[in-house]
Amino acid sequence: MMTGKYRKKSSVKGRLLVFGSLALLLIFIAIFGQFFLPYDPYQQNLSNTKAEPSPAHIFGTDRFGRDMFSRVILGARTSILSTLLLVSIIMILGTAIGLLAGWYGKWLDSLLMRISDFFLAFPGLVFALAVAAVLGGGVFNAVIALSFIGWPKYARLARSGTLAQKKALYLDAARLSGDSTGKIFLSHILPNIAGPIVVTAILDIGTMLMEIAGLSFLGLGAKPPVPEWGSMMSESRNLLTTAPFVTLAPGFAIVLTVTVFNLFGDALRDYLDPSGR
Amino acid sequence: MSDLLTIKDLTISYKETEAVSRVSLSLKKGEILCLVGESGSGKSTILKAVTGLLSSDGQIQSGQILFKNTDLASISDRDLRKLCGREIGVVFQNAGASFHPMRTIGDQLYEIERTVGRMDRKAFNEKAGGLLLKFGLSDPKRVLSSYPFELSGGMQQRVGIAAAMLLSPGLLLADEPTSALDVTLQKQVVEELLMTRQEYKAAILMVTHQMGIVRRMADQVLVLKEGKTVEYGPADQVLNHPKADYTKKLLAAEPKLRKSEEPEG
Amino acid sequence: MKFVGKRLLQLIPILLAITFLSFAMMRIAGSDAVEEMYTARGTVVSDEVMQEKREELGLDRSFMVQYGSWLLGILHGDMGKSYVSGKDVFGSFLSKLPATLLLAAFSLGLTVLISIPIGILAAVRQGRLTDKILRASSFLGNAMPGFFVAMVLMQILGLKLKLFPVISTGVNLRSAVLPGLTLSISMTAKYLRQVRAAVLEELNKDYIRGLKARGISNRVILWKNVMRSASLSIITLLALSAGSLLGGTAIIESIFMWDGVGKLAVDAISMRDYPMILAYVMWMAIIFVLVNLATDIIYHFMDPRIRLGEEEEG
Repeated sequence: MMTGKYRKKSSVKGRLLVFGSLALLLIFIAIFGQFFLPYDPYQQNLSNTKAEPSPAHIFGTDRFGRDMFSRVILGARTSILSTLLLVSIIMILGTAIGLLAGWYGKWLDSLLMRISDFFLAFPGLVFALAVAAVLGGGVFNAVIALSFIGWPKYARLARSGTLAQKKALYLDAARLSGDSTGKIFLSHILPNIAGPIVVTAILDIGTMLMEIAGLSFLGLGAKPPVPEWGSMMSESRNLLTTAPFVTLAPGFAIVLTVTVFNLFGDALRDYLDPSGR
Repeated sequence: MSDLLTIKDLTISYKETEAVSRVSLSLKKGEILCLVGESGSGKSTILKAVTGLLSSDGQIQSGQILFKNTDLASISDRDLRKLCGREIGVVFQNAGASFHPMRTIGDQLYEIERTVGRMDRKAFNEKAGGLLLKFGLSDPKRVLSSYPFELSGGMQQRVGIAAAMLLSPGLLLADEPTSALDVTLQKQVVEELLMTRQEYKAAILMVTHQMGIVRRMADQVLVLKEGKTVEYGPADQVLNHPKADYTKKLLAAEPKLRKSEEPEG
Repeated sequence: MKFVGKRLLQLIPILLAITFLSFAMMRIAGSDAVEEMYTARGTVVSDEVMQEKREELGLDRSFMVQYGSWLLGILHGDMGKSYVSGKDVFGSFLSKLPATLLLAAFSLGLTVLISIPIGILAAVRQGRLTDKILRASSFLGNAMPGFFVAMVLMQILGLKLKLFPVISTGVNLRSAVLPGLTLSISMTAKYLRQVRAAVLEELNKDYIRGLKARGISNRVILWKNVMRSASLSIITLLALSAGSLLGGTAIIESIFMWDGVGKLAVDAISMRDYPMILAYVMWMAIIFVLVNLATDIIYHFMDPRIRLGEEEEG
C-alpha cells in the first residue's frame, strides 16, 4: 500500500519536474526563440495592420502590420533575460551584504541593516523611477534602478542564516581554526543558507519581471522598437478599442511566465522543506 | 444508579499508529477515576476523544463513549459542542493558555454563560464572583477584569476549574491539572477538585502521572501502557495490591508527596 | 499622549535626512534642470539665457546654500516654485491630493470588503474545494501586473459594457471605479493569502481547544476570538498598503489619467522638477512615519499585553 507521506513526496517531485522544465523551456525560448520566428518582428506591412488573430498570425498584427506572435517571442528575450540578470544581481549583492553583516556584526551590521531598512520601507517603485530617470531609459538602466530596491530581502535572509551558522560553527571552532574567513564563507556558511535564498530568488523572478515591465510601461525601461512586454503594452494601448488582442497578448505572456516561475518556486520550496506549510 | 460515563472497547489511532486499544471504563456520579501511565500511554487521547477534540489526524476506530446513554463517538460535532460546558467541563494542564490572551477573564466567562441563555452582565458578575471565591480566589472583581497573563499560574488553574464548573456540569475532565504547578499549589488545586465533587456531585475523569495525587483523590484507577489497559479497579486494590509489574514500577517511582513536600522530577 | 508627541518629534530628523539625501542625489545625478526644462519645451536658447535662468532659480549657488535656503523657505511654508509650471509647489501638490486620497480610500475599502471575508472562508475551509479555488485565483491575481489588469478592465467594463469611463473625467466616484478596482484586484490577491494564514495560525492556537471544550459555538470562536487576534496582523498589512496607496500609484494613475500625486511624481521626475520631487519625497516620509505611528497606536489599544506592559514601565 502506498502511504500518504510517500505519495505526497512523489507529487512534489513531479511538480518540481514539470514546472522546472516549463521554466527552462521559457528561458530556452528567451535565448533561442529569435532563430525560430515565423516572421521578421520588425518587418512592417502596412497593407495588413491590426489583423485579427488567424492561422497565419496567431496573435494578429499590430498597427504597423508587424506579426505580434514574433514580437511577443522576441519580447521574451528582453523581458526574461533582463529579469534573470536583475534577480542574479540582487541575489548575489544581497547575500554578500547579509553575510558580511551577519559575520562581522557590530557597527557594520547595524549600518548595513539600517540601510536595508530604509530601502525596505521606502516605496520601491518611486525610488526606482527616480534612479531610472537619472540614469535615463533603457532596459539595462531599469535593471540597475531595480537592483537598488531588490537586495535587502536577500541581505536579511543571508544575515539570519549566517547568524545561525555562526552559532553552530563556534561549537566546532577547533576544526575551523585553520580556515580562512573566505573558506568558511564558501564551504561552511553558503551551502547551508543557499536553499531559502535560491527559493526566494525564483519566487522573485515573477515580481521582478512585472517591475521591469512596469518601468518599461512608464517609458523608463526598454525603448521601442525593441520589443519588451511592458513597453509593447504601453505602445499599443490606444489599440485597446480597435484591436484588443494586440494590447493584451504581451500581457498574457507576462501572466504565463510569472505563473510558471511562481509554481516552480513553490514546488522547489516544498521539495527542500517538506515540513513547511 | 446507572453509570454517567461508560467507555466500551475504545480504539483510537493517529494515522497508522494505534494510540488507544480497546479501553473500557465506567464512571458513576460523584466518582473520581484516575487514568495513569507514562507520557505517550494514550491517557490524554481518551480525554480528547470524549470532548471531540482529537487533532485532525486522530480518529476513533471503534468502540463507544456513552454519556448519559448518548454515544459521543457518533454524534455530530454540533451536538457534542452543546454538551461541552453544560454537561461536561474540561480543565487543562495549562489553563492560562486555554483562554484567549487578549480578552478579560470576565468577558470569557460571560461568553460561556451566554451559551445557555441570556443573563444580565451585572447578575453574571455576582454569580461568577461567588464561584471564584469558592475556588479560593480572594479578589474576584480583580480576577474578572484581568487578562489571563496577569494572573499567576495557580490563579489561572483555579480560574480554569471555575470556568469548567460555571454551568455545573455533571462530569469534569481534567488533563494533568496539577503537573505545571509547584507542590503547594498542587495541593490547593487537589482540594478545589475534591470540593467540586462535594459541592456539585460531579464525577471526575482525571489524567495524571503523579501517583501521590492519585492516592489522594481516586476512587478508581486505570493504568495504561502503550494504549492498553494494564490494570483497572478500585483505588485501594490497584494502589495497595497491584497485580501488574508495570503498576508496581509506577508506584515505586512515586515520591512521597504527602509526607515530604518535595517537587517531583 | 506623550508617546504620540515623541513619535511626531522623530519626524523632524527623518525629514531632514531624507530631504538632504534627495538634494544630494539630484546634485550627483548631474543632469541640469534648466537644460531639461528647455528641451522639454522644445525650445533652443542661448547659453546666456540658460545661465540667467539658473541664477533666477538659485542653481548657481553652492549646494549647502541651496539646501539651506530651501529649508528656510519650508519653515515659512514656502516650498518654492515648480521649474516646469512656475507655480507654487505647495499649492500644486495640495491640489493633487484629493484625487489620490479618494482613490486610496476607495480601493482600500473595496479590498477590505472582499479579501477579509474570503480569506476567512479559505481558512475555515482549509484544504477543501472552496479553499483550493480561492487560492488558485489569488495565485493568478499575483501573476498579473497592475497595468494588465487595468487594460483588461478597461476593455471589458469600459469599452465593451460601457459601464464606467475609461479615462477619468475628473475626481469623482464613477471615474474612480476602474482604477480602484484594478488596485483592489492586485491587493486582494495578496491579502487573501495573508488573511488566510493569519486566521489559520490563530485556529491552531491552544485557546481554541479551550473555547471548544467550554461549548463556545464556532461562530463566536471565529468572530469574537480568532478575528480579534488575526485583525492585528491584518491591520498592519492595511496600514502598509494605505501608505503605498497614499504615495500614489504611478502606473495606475497614469494609465487612467487619474490626476493624483503618483502621476505628479512621475511627471516631476521625468522633467527634473526638483522642488516638486522634494515635496513628494517629504510627503512620502510623512506618510511613512504616520503609518507606523498609526499601527503602533492601534496595537496599543487592541493588545492588552502591550498596553499594560507600557503602563508598568512609565
